[in-house]
Amino acid sequence: MAYQMNFTPVMALAPQLVEGALNTLILSGQAIVAGLAIGVVGAVSRTEGPRWLDRAVGVYVELFRNTPLLVQLFLIFFGLPYVGVRLSANMAAIIAIALNLGAYSTEILRAGLQAIPRTQIEAGLALGLSRLQVVRYVVIIPALQIIYPALTGQLTLTLLGSSIASAISATELTAAGARIESTTFRSLETFLCVAVIYIAMTFAFRFVYWRIGMWLFRRKAPPKPSLIADAIEVSRAGA
Amino acid sequence: MPALHISEIKKYFGALLVLDGVSLDIEPSEVVAVIGRSGSGKSTMLRCINGLEKIQAGLIEVAGHRIGPQGGDLRSLRKEVGMVFQSYNLFPHLTVMENVTLAPKVVKGVDRKEAEAIAHDVLRRVGLAEKSGAYADELSGGQQQRVAIARSLAMQPKVMLFDEVTSALDPELTGEVLKTMEELADAGMTMVLVTHEMGFARQVADRTVFMHKGKVWEQGPSEELFANPQTPELRNFIAPSLK
Ligand SMILES: Nc1ncnc2c1ncn2[C@@H]1O[C@H](COP(=O)(O)OP(=O)(O)OP(=O)(O)O)[C@@H](O)[C@H]1O
Ligand SMILES: [Mg+2]
Repeated sequence: MAYQMNFTPVMALAPQLVEGALNTLILSGQAIVAGLAIGVVGAVSRTEGPRWLDRAVGVYVELFRNTPLLVQLFLIFFGLPYVGVRLSANMAAIIAIALNLGAYSTEILRAGLQAIPRTQIEAGLALGLSRLQVVRYVVIIPALQIIYPALTGQLTLTLLGSSIASAISATELTAAGARIESTTFRSLETFLCVAVIYIAMTFAFRFVYWRIGMWLFRRKAPPKPSLIADAIEVSRAGA
Repeated sequence: MPALHISEIKKYFGALLVLDGVSLDIEPSEVVAVIGRSGSGKSTMLRCINGLEKIQAGLIEVAGHRIGPQGGDLRSLRKEVGMVFQSYNLFPHLTVMENVTLAPKVVKGVDRKEAEAIAHDVLRRVGLAEKSGAYADELSGGQQQRVAIARSLAMQPKVMLFDEVTSALDPELTGEVLKTMEELADAGMTMVLVTHEMGFARQVADRTVFMHKGKVWEQGPSEELFANPQTPELRNFIAPSLK
Protein backbone atom coordinates (compact mmCIF):
# COMPACT_ATOMS: atom_id res chain seq x y z
CA MET A 1 0.00 0.00 0.00
CA ALA A 2 1.42 3.36 -1.02
CA TYR A 3 2.20 5.84 1.72
CA GLN A 4 -0.38 8.61 1.92
CA MET A 5 1.34 11.93 2.43
CA ASN A 6 -0.50 14.28 4.72
CA PHE A 7 0.84 17.76 5.21
CA THR A 8 -2.10 19.06 7.26
CA PRO A 9 -0.65 18.39 10.72
CA VAL A 10 2.66 19.92 9.66
CA MET A 11 0.99 22.95 8.13
CA ALA A 12 -0.88 23.49 11.34
CA LEU A 13 2.50 24.14 12.94
CA ALA A 14 3.83 26.23 10.06
CA PRO A 15 4.44 29.28 12.30
CA GLN A 16 7.10 27.22 14.09
CA LEU A 17 8.81 26.55 10.78
CA VAL A 18 8.70 30.23 9.91
CA GLU A 19 10.18 31.14 13.24
CA GLY A 20 12.85 28.47 12.81
CA ALA A 21 13.67 29.77 9.34
CA LEU A 22 13.95 33.33 10.65
CA ASN A 23 16.28 32.15 13.39
CA THR A 24 18.39 30.30 10.84
CA LEU A 25 18.64 33.49 8.80
CA ILE A 26 19.62 35.56 11.81
CA LEU A 27 22.04 32.98 13.13
CA SER A 28 23.80 32.28 9.87
CA GLY A 29 23.66 35.94 8.83
CA GLN A 30 25.54 36.93 11.97
CA ALA A 31 27.95 34.01 11.62
CA ILE A 32 28.65 34.91 8.00
CA VAL A 33 29.41 38.56 8.79
CA ALA A 34 31.64 37.59 11.72
CA GLY A 35 33.25 34.70 9.84
CA LEU A 36 34.07 36.88 6.84
CA ALA A 37 35.54 39.54 9.10
CA ILE A 38 37.74 36.87 10.66
CA GLY A 39 38.63 35.63 7.19
CA VAL A 40 39.72 39.06 5.95
CA VAL A 41 41.80 39.73 9.05
CA GLY A 42 43.21 36.19 8.94
CA ALA A 43 44.12 36.32 5.25
CA VAL A 44 45.74 39.77 5.48
CA SER A 45 47.60 38.69 8.63
CA ARG A 46 48.96 35.67 6.82
CA THR A 47 50.06 37.54 3.72
CA GLU A 48 51.15 40.88 5.20
CA GLY A 49 51.82 40.21 8.86
CA PRO A 50 55.00 39.15 10.64
CA ARG A 51 55.91 35.47 10.55
CA TRP A 52 54.69 34.71 14.09
CA LEU A 53 51.24 36.05 13.20
CA ASP A 54 51.12 34.01 10.01
CA ARG A 55 52.03 30.93 12.07
CA ALA A 56 49.46 31.66 14.77
CA VAL A 57 46.68 32.13 12.21
CA GLY A 58 47.90 28.96 10.49
CA VAL A 59 47.44 26.97 13.68
CA TYR A 60 43.90 28.32 14.09
CA VAL A 61 43.08 27.47 10.48
CA GLU A 62 44.39 23.93 10.77
CA LEU A 63 42.57 23.30 14.04
CA PHE A 64 39.24 24.37 12.60
CA ARG A 65 39.65 22.74 9.23
CA ASN A 66 40.61 19.37 10.67
CA THR A 67 37.85 18.89 13.20
CA PRO A 68 34.11 18.48 12.58
CA LEU A 69 31.97 21.57 12.98
CA LEU A 70 29.72 19.62 15.33
CA VAL A 71 32.64 18.85 17.64
CA GLN A 72 33.70 22.51 17.54
CA LEU A 73 30.17 23.46 18.52
CA PHE A 74 30.15 21.01 21.44
CA LEU A 75 33.53 22.20 22.67
CA ILE A 76 32.39 25.81 22.65
CA PHE A 77 28.95 25.18 24.10
CA PHE A 78 29.98 22.70 26.79
CA GLY A 79 33.58 23.82 27.26
CA LEU A 80 33.34 27.58 27.70
CA PRO A 81 31.21 27.37 30.87
CA TYR A 82 34.25 25.73 32.54
CA VAL A 83 36.18 28.96 32.05
CA GLY A 84 33.25 30.99 33.33
CA VAL A 85 31.68 31.94 29.98
CA ARG A 86 28.03 31.06 29.80
CA LEU A 87 26.48 31.17 26.38
CA SER A 88 23.01 30.66 25.02
CA ALA A 89 22.76 27.82 22.51
CA ASN A 90 22.30 30.32 19.68
CA MET A 91 25.29 32.40 20.73
CA ALA A 92 27.46 29.28 20.96
CA ALA A 93 26.27 28.28 17.50
CA ILE A 94 27.08 31.70 16.03
CA ILE A 95 30.57 31.62 17.54
CA ALA A 96 31.31 28.08 16.40
CA ILE A 97 30.03 28.64 12.87
CA ALA A 98 31.81 32.00 12.57
CA LEU A 99 35.11 30.49 13.72
CA ASN A 100 34.67 27.60 11.31
CA LEU A 101 33.85 29.90 8.39
CA GLY A 102 36.69 32.20 9.48
CA ALA A 103 39.18 29.37 9.05
CA TYR A 104 37.94 28.37 5.61
CA SER A 105 37.54 31.92 4.33
CA THR A 106 41.02 32.83 5.60
CA GLU A 107 42.45 30.25 3.24
CA ILE A 108 40.14 31.11 0.34
CA LEU A 109 40.88 34.84 0.65
CA ARG A 110 44.59 34.19 1.06
CA ALA A 111 44.62 32.26 -2.20
CA GLY A 112 42.99 35.27 -3.85
CA LEU A 113 45.46 37.77 -2.37
CA GLN A 114 48.39 35.63 -3.47
CA ALA A 115 47.04 35.35 -7.00
CA ILE A 116 47.48 39.08 -7.59
CA PRO A 117 50.64 39.75 -9.61
CA ARG A 118 53.52 41.30 -7.69
CA THR A 119 53.71 44.01 -10.33
CA GLN A 120 50.32 45.35 -9.24
CA ILE A 121 51.51 45.58 -5.66
CA GLU A 122 54.73 47.30 -6.70
CA ALA A 123 52.81 49.81 -8.79
CA GLY A 124 50.80 50.69 -5.69
CA LEU A 125 53.87 50.96 -3.47
CA ALA A 126 55.66 53.08 -6.06
CA LEU A 127 52.78 55.55 -5.89
CA GLY A 128 53.44 55.94 -2.17
CA LEU A 129 50.67 53.73 -0.80
CA SER A 130 51.40 51.79 2.38
CA ARG A 131 51.21 48.00 2.24
CA LEU A 132 47.79 47.98 3.85
CA GLN A 133 46.56 50.68 1.49
CA VAL A 134 47.79 48.54 -1.40
CA VAL A 135 45.79 45.62 -0.04
CA ARG A 136 42.71 47.73 0.43
CA TYR A 137 42.67 49.75 -2.78
CA VAL A 138 44.66 47.68 -5.26
CA VAL A 139 44.52 44.04 -4.31
CA ILE A 140 41.34 43.16 -2.47
CA ILE A 141 38.74 43.64 -5.20
CA PRO A 142 40.58 41.72 -7.93
CA ALA A 143 41.47 39.07 -5.33
CA LEU A 144 37.84 38.75 -4.25
CA GLN A 145 36.81 38.49 -7.85
CA ILE A 146 39.13 35.54 -8.44
CA ILE A 147 37.85 33.55 -5.47
CA TYR A 148 34.25 34.78 -5.45
CA PRO A 149 32.66 31.48 -6.57
CA ALA A 150 34.66 29.52 -3.96
CA LEU A 151 33.81 32.03 -1.27
CA THR A 152 30.09 32.19 -1.96
CA GLY A 153 30.02 28.40 -2.15
CA GLN A 154 31.54 28.33 1.31
CA LEU A 155 28.89 30.79 2.52
CA THR A 156 26.14 28.53 1.22
CA LEU A 157 27.71 25.63 3.12
CA THR A 158 27.70 27.85 6.19
CA LEU A 159 24.01 28.59 5.85
CA LEU A 160 23.18 24.91 5.51
CA GLY A 161 25.71 23.92 8.17
CA SER A 162 23.90 26.07 10.69
CA SER A 163 21.50 23.10 10.98
CA ILE A 164 23.99 21.42 13.29
CA ALA A 165 23.01 24.01 15.89
CA SER A 166 19.93 21.84 16.38
CA ALA A 167 22.23 19.42 18.23
CA ILE A 168 22.43 21.87 21.14
CA SER A 169 18.75 22.75 20.78
CA ALA A 170 19.31 26.18 19.32
CA THR A 171 16.04 27.44 17.91
CA GLU A 172 16.79 27.27 14.18
CA LEU A 173 14.97 25.61 11.30
CA THR A 174 16.21 22.03 11.64
CA ALA A 175 15.46 22.07 15.36
CA ALA A 176 11.97 23.41 14.63
CA GLY A 177 11.52 20.55 12.17
CA ALA A 178 12.63 18.02 14.78
CA ARG A 179 10.15 19.42 17.27
CA ILE A 180 7.29 19.30 14.78
CA GLU A 181 8.25 15.79 13.78
CA SER A 182 8.16 14.63 17.39
CA THR A 183 4.62 15.92 17.90
CA THR A 184 3.09 15.04 14.51
CA PHE A 185 5.13 11.89 13.70
CA ARG A 186 4.99 13.08 10.09
CA SER A 187 8.76 12.76 9.51
CA LEU A 188 8.78 12.78 5.72
CA GLU A 189 6.36 15.66 5.34
CA THR A 190 8.09 17.72 8.01
CA PHE A 191 11.56 17.41 6.56
CA LEU A 192 10.34 17.90 3.01
CA CYS A 193 8.97 21.23 4.18
CA VAL A 194 12.24 21.97 5.95
CA ALA A 195 14.23 21.09 2.82
CA VAL A 196 12.09 23.36 0.64
CA ILE A 197 12.64 26.25 3.03
CA TYR A 198 16.41 25.66 2.97
CA ILE A 199 16.35 25.71 -0.82
CA ALA A 200 14.41 28.96 -0.81
CA MET A 201 16.90 30.48 1.62
CA THR A 202 20.00 29.37 -0.32
CA PHE A 203 18.46 30.81 -3.48
CA ALA A 204 17.78 34.08 -1.74
CA PHE A 205 21.34 34.21 -0.35
CA ARG A 206 22.89 33.36 -3.69
CA PHE A 207 20.87 36.10 -5.30
CA VAL A 208 22.17 38.55 -2.71
CA TYR A 209 25.79 37.39 -3.33
CA TRP A 210 25.26 37.85 -7.01
CA ARG A 211 23.98 41.41 -6.51
CA ILE A 212 26.90 42.19 -4.24
CA GLY A 213 29.23 40.78 -6.88
CA MET A 214 27.60 42.96 -9.55
CA TRP A 215 28.32 45.95 -7.40
CA LEU A 216 31.86 44.98 -6.30
CA PHE A 217 33.02 43.89 -9.73
CA ARG A 218 31.24 46.46 -11.88
CA ARG A 219 33.97 45.76 -14.38
CA LYS A 220 33.14 42.10 -14.92
CA ALA A 221 29.96 40.93 -13.29
CA PRO A 222 29.83 37.37 -12.00
CA PRO A 223 27.51 34.95 -13.83
CA LYS A 224 23.97 34.81 -12.56
CA PRO A 225 23.39 32.03 -10.05
CA SER A 226 22.44 29.15 -12.28
CA LEU A 227 19.19 28.19 -10.60
CA ILE A 228 17.96 31.76 -10.71
CA ALA A 229 18.96 32.04 -14.33
CA ASP A 230 17.21 28.73 -14.98
CA ALA A 231 14.09 29.90 -13.20
CA ILE A 232 14.04 33.07 -15.30
CA GLU A 233 14.39 30.95 -18.44
CA VAL A 234 11.56 28.67 -17.34
CA SER A 235 9.24 31.56 -16.54
CA ARG A 236 10.05 33.17 -19.92
CA ALA A 237 9.32 29.91 -21.70
CA GLY A 238 6.04 29.63 -19.82
CA ALA A 239 4.96 33.16 -20.68
CA MET B 1 71.83 70.53 -4.93
CA PRO B 2 71.08 67.55 -7.18
CA ALA B 3 67.49 66.39 -7.55
CA LEU B 4 68.63 62.84 -7.06
CA HIS B 5 71.80 61.81 -5.30
CA ILE B 6 73.03 58.23 -5.45
CA SER B 7 76.20 57.44 -3.64
CA GLU B 8 78.18 54.20 -3.79
CA ILE B 9 75.20 51.87 -3.67
CA LYS B 10 75.65 48.13 -3.57
CA LYS B 11 72.93 45.61 -4.16
CA TYR B 12 73.19 41.86 -3.76
CA PHE B 13 70.67 39.21 -4.68
CA GLY B 14 71.92 36.46 -2.41
CA ALA B 15 75.60 36.13 -3.32
CA LEU B 16 75.15 37.86 -6.69
CA LEU B 17 76.47 41.42 -6.69
CA VAL B 18 74.17 43.31 -9.05
CA LEU B 19 75.07 46.92 -8.26
CA ASP B 20 78.71 47.38 -7.47
CA GLY B 21 79.15 50.86 -6.05
CA VAL B 22 76.96 52.97 -8.31
CA SER B 23 77.13 56.74 -7.86
CA LEU B 24 75.08 59.23 -9.82
CA ASP B 25 73.97 62.83 -9.30
CA ILE B 26 71.07 64.09 -11.34
CA GLU B 27 70.41 67.80 -11.54
CA PRO B 28 66.93 69.34 -11.52
CA SER B 29 65.37 69.19 -15.00
CA GLU B 30 68.10 66.91 -16.22
CA VAL B 31 67.13 63.97 -18.42
CA VAL B 32 69.39 60.97 -18.04
CA ALA B 33 69.18 57.85 -20.17
CA VAL B 34 70.52 54.59 -18.79
CA ILE B 35 71.63 52.01 -21.30
CA GLY B 36 73.40 48.69 -21.01
CA ARG B 37 73.18 45.00 -21.69
CA SER B 38 70.50 42.79 -20.27
CA GLY B 39 71.40 41.92 -16.69
CA SER B 40 73.72 44.89 -16.21
CA GLY B 41 71.56 46.15 -13.32
CA LYS B 42 69.57 48.98 -14.91
CA SER B 43 66.15 47.94 -13.58
CA THR B 44 67.64 47.06 -10.23
CA MET B 45 69.08 50.56 -9.93
CA LEU B 46 65.71 52.17 -10.62
CA ARG B 47 64.00 49.82 -8.18
CA CYS B 48 66.54 50.70 -5.50
CA ILE B 49 65.99 54.41 -6.08
CA ASN B 50 62.38 54.19 -4.96
CA GLY B 51 62.96 51.49 -2.40
CA LEU B 52 61.34 48.53 -4.12
CA GLU B 53 64.69 46.82 -3.50
CA LYS B 54 66.81 47.20 -0.40
CA ILE B 55 70.39 48.30 -0.83
CA GLN B 56 73.23 46.72 1.14
CA ALA B 57 75.51 49.75 1.10
CA GLY B 58 75.47 53.38 0.04
CA LEU B 59 72.93 56.16 0.14
CA ILE B 60 70.06 57.47 -1.97
CA GLU B 61 68.70 60.96 -1.41
CA VAL B 62 65.75 62.73 -3.01
CA ALA B 63 64.40 66.06 -1.76
CA GLY B 64 65.95 65.55 1.64
CA HIS B 65 64.59 62.02 2.08
CA ARG B 66 67.30 59.42 2.45
CA ILE B 67 67.35 55.68 2.20
CA GLY B 68 70.30 53.52 3.05
CA PRO B 69 70.99 49.92 4.02
CA GLN B 70 68.92 50.46 7.18
CA GLY B 71 65.96 51.57 5.10
CA GLY B 72 64.59 55.05 5.63
CA ASP B 73 61.40 56.96 5.13
CA LEU B 74 60.34 55.07 2.03
CA ARG B 75 56.89 56.54 1.75
CA SER B 76 58.05 60.15 1.89
CA LEU B 77 60.64 59.38 -0.72
CA ARG B 78 58.15 57.63 -2.98
CA LYS B 79 55.91 60.69 -2.93
CA GLU B 80 58.74 62.55 -4.65
CA VAL B 81 59.69 59.80 -7.09
CA GLY B 82 57.33 58.57 -9.78
CA MET B 83 57.98 55.25 -11.46
CA VAL B 84 56.61 53.84 -14.68
CA PHE B 85 57.12 50.19 -15.50
CA GLN B 86 57.47 48.23 -18.69
CA SER B 87 54.18 46.44 -18.07
CA TYR B 88 52.01 49.58 -17.36
CA ASN B 89 50.38 47.96 -14.30
CA LEU B 90 47.17 49.94 -14.39
CA PHE B 91 44.71 48.72 -11.77
CA PRO B 92 42.16 46.75 -13.79
CA HIS B 93 39.18 47.26 -11.49
CA LEU B 94 39.47 51.05 -11.56
CA THR B 95 38.68 53.50 -14.33
CA VAL B 96 41.39 55.69 -15.78
CA MET B 97 40.16 58.52 -13.57
CA GLU B 98 40.19 56.31 -10.47
CA ASN B 99 43.67 55.00 -11.31
CA VAL B 100 44.98 58.54 -11.51
CA THR B 101 43.20 59.97 -8.47
CA LEU B 102 43.89 57.03 -6.12
CA ALA B 103 47.31 58.06 -4.84
CA PRO B 104 46.59 61.79 -4.46
CA LYS B 105 43.47 60.92 -2.47
CA VAL B 106 44.86 58.10 -0.37
CA VAL B 107 48.48 59.16 0.08
CA LYS B 108 48.19 62.94 0.12
CA GLY B 109 44.64 63.24 1.43
CA VAL B 110 43.60 65.49 -1.45
CA ASP B 111 39.82 65.76 -1.68
CA ARG B 112 37.96 64.21 -4.58
CA LYS B 113 37.28 67.39 -6.51
CA GLU B 114 40.84 68.57 -6.38
CA ALA B 115 42.15 65.09 -7.20
CA GLU B 116 39.92 65.02 -10.28
CA ALA B 117 41.13 68.44 -11.33
CA ILE B 118 44.72 67.23 -11.07
CA ALA B 119 43.77 64.08 -12.99
CA HIS B 120 42.16 66.06 -15.80
CA ASP B 121 45.28 68.14 -16.03
CA VAL B 122 47.73 65.22 -16.23
CA LEU B 123 45.48 63.21 -18.54
CA ARG B 124 45.36 66.20 -20.86
CA ARG B 125 49.14 66.33 -20.80
CA VAL B 126 49.35 62.74 -22.03
CA GLY B 127 46.55 63.37 -24.53
CA LEU B 128 43.94 61.12 -22.93
CA ALA B 129 41.52 63.48 -21.23
CA GLU B 130 38.60 61.87 -23.06
CA LYS B 131 39.42 58.38 -21.71
CA SER B 132 38.85 59.12 -18.04
CA GLY B 133 35.88 56.74 -17.78
CA ALA B 134 37.58 53.84 -19.56
CA TYR B 135 39.05 50.72 -18.00
CA ALA B 136 42.54 49.47 -18.77
CA ASP B 137 41.35 46.63 -20.98
CA GLU B 138 39.54 49.10 -23.18
CA LEU B 139 42.78 50.90 -24.01
CA SER B 140 45.67 50.10 -26.33
CA GLY B 141 49.05 49.36 -24.81
CA GLY B 142 50.30 52.81 -25.72
CA GLN B 143 47.28 54.45 -24.13
CA GLN B 144 47.67 52.33 -21.01
CA GLN B 145 51.29 53.36 -20.72
CA ARG B 146 50.38 57.03 -21.10
CA VAL B 147 47.77 56.66 -18.37
CA ALA B 148 50.45 55.04 -16.19
CA ILE B 149 52.63 58.09 -16.81
CA ALA B 150 49.72 60.38 -15.93
CA ARG B 151 49.07 58.37 -12.78
CA SER B 152 52.64 59.00 -11.64
CA LEU B 153 52.53 62.66 -12.62
CA ALA B 154 49.41 63.17 -10.52
CA MET B 155 51.59 62.83 -7.43
CA GLN B 156 53.64 65.79 -8.68
CA PRO B 157 56.94 63.98 -8.24
CA LYS B 158 60.30 65.72 -8.34
CA VAL B 159 61.86 62.86 -10.29
CA MET B 160 60.37 60.38 -12.74
CA LEU B 161 61.86 56.94 -13.35
CA PHE B 162 61.01 55.05 -16.52
CA ASP B 163 61.98 51.41 -16.97
CA GLU B 164 61.83 50.41 -20.63
CA VAL B 165 58.35 51.80 -20.89
CA THR B 166 58.10 51.13 -24.61
CA SER B 167 59.54 47.61 -24.69
CA ALA B 168 56.21 45.85 -24.36
CA LEU B 169 54.60 47.96 -27.08
CA ASP B 170 54.08 47.26 -30.74
CA PRO B 171 56.46 49.44 -32.76
CA GLU B 172 53.64 51.64 -34.06
CA LEU B 173 52.63 52.49 -30.49
CA THR B 174 56.06 53.38 -29.12
CA GLY B 175 56.01 56.75 -30.86
CA GLU B 176 53.09 58.18 -28.89
CA VAL B 177 54.69 57.19 -25.57
CA LEU B 178 58.08 58.56 -26.54
CA LYS B 179 56.40 61.79 -27.59
CA THR B 180 54.73 62.07 -24.20
CA MET B 181 58.08 61.56 -22.51
CA GLU B 182 59.75 64.10 -24.73
CA GLU B 183 57.10 66.66 -23.83
CA LEU B 184 57.70 65.94 -20.17
CA ALA B 185 61.40 66.46 -20.66
CA ASP B 186 60.75 69.74 -22.45
CA ALA B 187 58.53 70.84 -19.57
CA GLY B 188 61.48 70.51 -17.24
CA MET B 189 60.79 67.20 -15.51
CA THR B 190 63.80 65.49 -13.99
CA MET B 191 63.90 62.07 -15.56
CA VAL B 192 65.87 58.85 -15.45
CA LEU B 193 64.97 56.52 -18.24
CA VAL B 194 66.21 53.04 -18.86
CA THR B 195 65.81 52.46 -22.56
CA HIS B 196 66.78 50.35 -25.51
CA GLU B 197 65.78 53.15 -27.85
CA MET B 198 69.26 54.45 -28.60
CA GLY B 199 67.98 57.10 -30.96
CA PHE B 200 65.65 58.43 -28.32
CA ALA B 201 68.39 58.46 -25.68
CA ARG B 202 70.72 60.31 -27.96
CA GLN B 203 68.14 62.85 -29.01
CA VAL B 204 66.24 63.55 -25.79
CA ALA B 205 68.59 62.76 -22.91
CA ASP B 206 71.00 65.44 -21.75
CA ARG B 207 73.27 62.72 -20.49
CA THR B 208 73.57 59.01 -21.09
CA VAL B 209 74.88 56.52 -18.59
CA PHE B 210 76.22 53.18 -19.79
CA MET B 211 75.97 50.46 -17.18
CA HIS B 212 78.08 47.36 -17.34
CA LYS B 213 78.57 44.63 -14.75
CA GLY B 214 76.72 46.58 -12.08
CA LYS B 215 78.84 49.70 -12.50
CA VAL B 216 78.49 53.04 -14.21
CA TRP B 217 80.98 52.09 -16.89
CA GLU B 218 80.93 55.26 -18.90
CA GLN B 219 78.81 58.40 -19.00
CA GLY B 220 78.67 61.76 -20.66
CA PRO B 221 76.54 64.19 -22.65
CA SER B 222 74.49 61.95 -24.93
CA GLU B 223 75.68 63.33 -28.23
CA GLU B 224 79.33 62.98 -27.21
CA LEU B 225 78.91 59.56 -25.67
CA PHE B 226 77.31 58.07 -28.74
CA ALA B 227 79.62 59.85 -31.18
CA ASN B 228 82.75 59.10 -29.26
CA PRO B 229 82.53 56.09 -26.95
CA GLN B 230 85.67 55.67 -24.84
CA THR B 231 85.48 52.07 -23.70
CA PRO B 232 85.46 48.97 -25.91
CA GLU B 233 82.42 47.69 -23.99
CA LEU B 234 80.33 50.72 -24.93
CA ARG B 235 81.67 50.68 -28.48
CA ASN B 236 80.55 47.06 -28.81
CA PHE B 237 77.22 47.80 -27.24
CA ILE B 238 76.24 50.68 -29.48
CA ALA B 239 77.81 49.34 -32.66
CA PRO B 240 74.64 47.55 -33.88
CA SER B 241 72.51 50.66 -33.42
CA LEU B 242 74.88 52.77 -35.49
CA LYS B 243 74.63 50.55 -38.55
N1 LIG C 1 64.56 39.52 -7.62
C1 LIG C 1 65.74 39.05 -8.08
N2 LIG C 1 66.31 37.97 -7.50
C2 LIG C 1 67.49 37.50 -7.94
N3 LIG C 1 68.20 38.03 -8.93
C3 LIG C 1 67.69 39.11 -9.55
C4 LIG C 1 66.43 39.67 -9.16
N4 LIG C 1 66.17 40.73 -9.95
C5 LIG C 1 67.22 40.82 -10.78
N5 LIG C 1 68.13 39.86 -10.55
C6 LIG C 1 69.42 39.70 -11.27
O1 LIG C 1 70.11 40.91 -11.20
C7 LIG C 1 70.80 41.16 -12.41
C8 LIG C 1 70.42 42.52 -12.93
O2 LIG C 1 69.04 42.51 -13.30
P1 LIG C 1 68.29 43.77 -13.85
O3 LIG C 1 66.87 43.39 -14.00
O4 LIG C 1 68.61 44.94 -13.04
O5 LIG C 1 68.96 43.91 -15.28
P2 LIG C 1 68.62 44.94 -16.43
O6 LIG C 1 69.86 45.68 -16.71
O7 LIG C 1 67.41 45.71 -16.10
O8 LIG C 1 68.34 43.95 -17.64
P3 LIG C 1 67.22 44.03 -18.80
O9 LIG C 1 67.79 44.90 -19.87
O10 LIG C 1 67.11 42.61 -19.25
O11 LIG C 1 65.97 44.55 -18.20
C9 LIG C 1 70.46 40.02 -13.33
O12 LIG C 1 71.53 39.10 -13.29
C10 LIG C 1 69.22 39.43 -12.73
O13 LIG C 1 69.17 38.06 -13.00
MG1 LIG D 1 65.41 45.72 -16.83
